[in-house]
Amino acid sequence: MKNLLILGAGTSGTMMANHLISKLPKKEWSITVIDQFKTHYYQPGFLFLPFDIYTTKQVKKKGEKFIPKGANYIQKKIELIQPDENKVILEGGRVLDYDILIVATGTKIAPGEIEGMDGPMWYKNIFDFYTYEGAKALRNKLREWEGGKLVVHITEMPIKCPVAPLEFAFLADSFFKNKGMRDKVDITYVTPLGGAFTKPKATEALHHLLEEKGIKEVTDFNIERVDYENNKIIDYAETEVKYDLLVTVPTNMGDELIERSGMGDDLNYIPTDKATLQTKDHENIFAIGDATNLPASKAGSVAHFEAEILTENILRYIKGEPLRAEFDGHANCFIETGNGKALLIDFNYTHEPVEGTFPLPGIGPLKLLKESRTNHMGKMAFRWIYWNMLIKGRHIPFVSTNMTEKGKHFETLEK
Amino acid sequence: MIKTFCKTQVEVKVSEDGYLEDMSQWNEEIAHEIAKEIGIELTDKHFEVINYLREKTEAKEPLTIRKVGKSGIVSIKELYQLFPKGPLKYSSKIAGIPKPTSCI
Ligand SMILES: Cc1cc2nc3c(=O)[nH]c(=O)nc-3n(C[C@H](O)[C@H](O)[C@H](O)COP(=O)(O)OP(=O)(O)OC[C@H]3O[C@@H](n4cnc5c(N)ncnc54)[C@H](O)[C@@H]3O)c2cc1C
Repeated sequence: MKNLLILGAGTSGTMMANHLISKLPKKEWSITVIDQFKTHYYQPGFLFLPFDIYTTKQVKKKGEKFIPKGANYIQKKIELIQPDENKVILEGGRVLDYDILIVATGTKIAPGEIEGMDGPMWYKNIFDFYTYEGAKALRNKLREWEGGKLVVHITEMPIKCPVAPLEFAFLADSFFKNKGMRDKVDITYVTPLGGAFTKPKATEALHHLLEEKGIKEVTDFNIERVDYENNKIIDYAETEVKYDLLVTVPTNMGDELIERSGMGDDLNYIPTDKATLQTKDHENIFAIGDATNLPASKAGSVAHFEAEILTENILRYIKGEPLRAEFDGHANCFIETGNGKALLIDFNYTHEPVEGTFPLPGIGPLKLLKESRTNHMGKMAFRWIYWNMLIKGRHIPFVSTNMTEKGKHFETLEK
Repeated sequence: MIKTFCKTQVEVKVSEDGYLEDMSQWNEEIAHEIAKEIGIELTDKHFEVINYLREKTEAKEPLTIRKVGKSGIVSIKELYQLFPKGPLKYSSKIAGIPKPTSCI
């Protein structure tokens, strides 16, 4: 009997278990999935939790429910990977051998990287919304906050779902409008980037929206420390931004497990072949999702596209065939723009977000780079799709793994 | 775009925002000229950073401010002092490497 281990039962790990269970012969392969937590979180929901749009129940479910029958599930913290011995060690000392390893341990916030961030004011007037705990604490704060200077801030790139902080700013704008207190709140968006987003085309559209909503932008801001006594963030160039309420996206890093195992770069991401998803250092170890160092967005939609390719490559690897080098960095995401509207962007390693429609060429119904109500419905439907189709590894109709160029107006990224 | 550096009188290809398109066309004279346009007087310390950036670019390793801060050559704070306002943007421009796209 051979062993395939999947580390992490988040979006990617759960999807891989569901894909592989029907593809690997049961008599020859045993599949084991390991995660430290009982709960599987719907992370995109953390954006809506602070505004009381989603309830806590809508963003978490018992993880084991989504692991297919026939796969083993172990709820334990993973202590160490020993890639040269094909072993994984769990907390408590249990050792698991593997023939093939899939690392899907994701990325998480590391607020300790910035002086003063997770100090005495953490979850008092400094919050993150990238964790369940942070989003919930922020919800409680927003329920009673009386206004002042709200600063929405990104510490450093890359972060998962790079548009989430912008969406947060847009949703905050409509949240305070609906509460009849927008005039009491000053919203500033602070980013280390030169503009609102990482791709020039989308930056233009988003800059326009920020302006329209009266949200100020501070760009090229590389934070050095939080002065929590005087309520300001200070960057390396000594620029200061005052806040009454700081909502920050701290540095994102891969799990310490990767560092302990000596397998990561300086942010604990695993060097991975960007087309095949095989790790660069070990041919029987593959990585997927946020845990990799791929130059693609760290997003559930990307993991979804990667999972189909990785499944195929694992089957080929087992048969000793060359890997199907195919992932093109395809990402698409809905950007909530507030007031029940959203826009949709679609891009890959080489193509800029495009104007046009998705996913039905020429028909739509979702408009790329244009605010619309349909897009908002799409974003809301995503939660249902996530729990019922995506992590179960079911094919999502009309959405193909590699980007389709039909129905879009293209501009290729210049090299 | 073609740019001529007056002192050296060499013609090099640059991008719209002034980054060298072919890093092999670079030399120290060119570095001094670009730095002057930005308003930076280059010292040995600057060149240590510049050489580090060029090495990493040749090795196809993506560059970030964090990475330079961990290089053992300068801290992030010192990087800001050497290249005020645009530590990675300006240092890359002077080093003759493409504009950093550390972000996705
Ligand atoms: C606020 C927010 C909004 C988002 N919005 C969107 C969106 O609109 N669209 C979109 O596509 N994506 C969105 N995302 C991103 C998406 O949630 C992630 O990209 C996706 O979950 C990545 O899946 P993953 O499996 O790689 O990592 P994760 O889902 O994070 O899973 C990693 C798992 O590994 C486990 N693990 C890690 N280390 C260990 C260890 N040492 N021992 C045991 N277990 C371990 C963790 O417990 C976790 O369960 C959003 C994310 C956030 C935070």
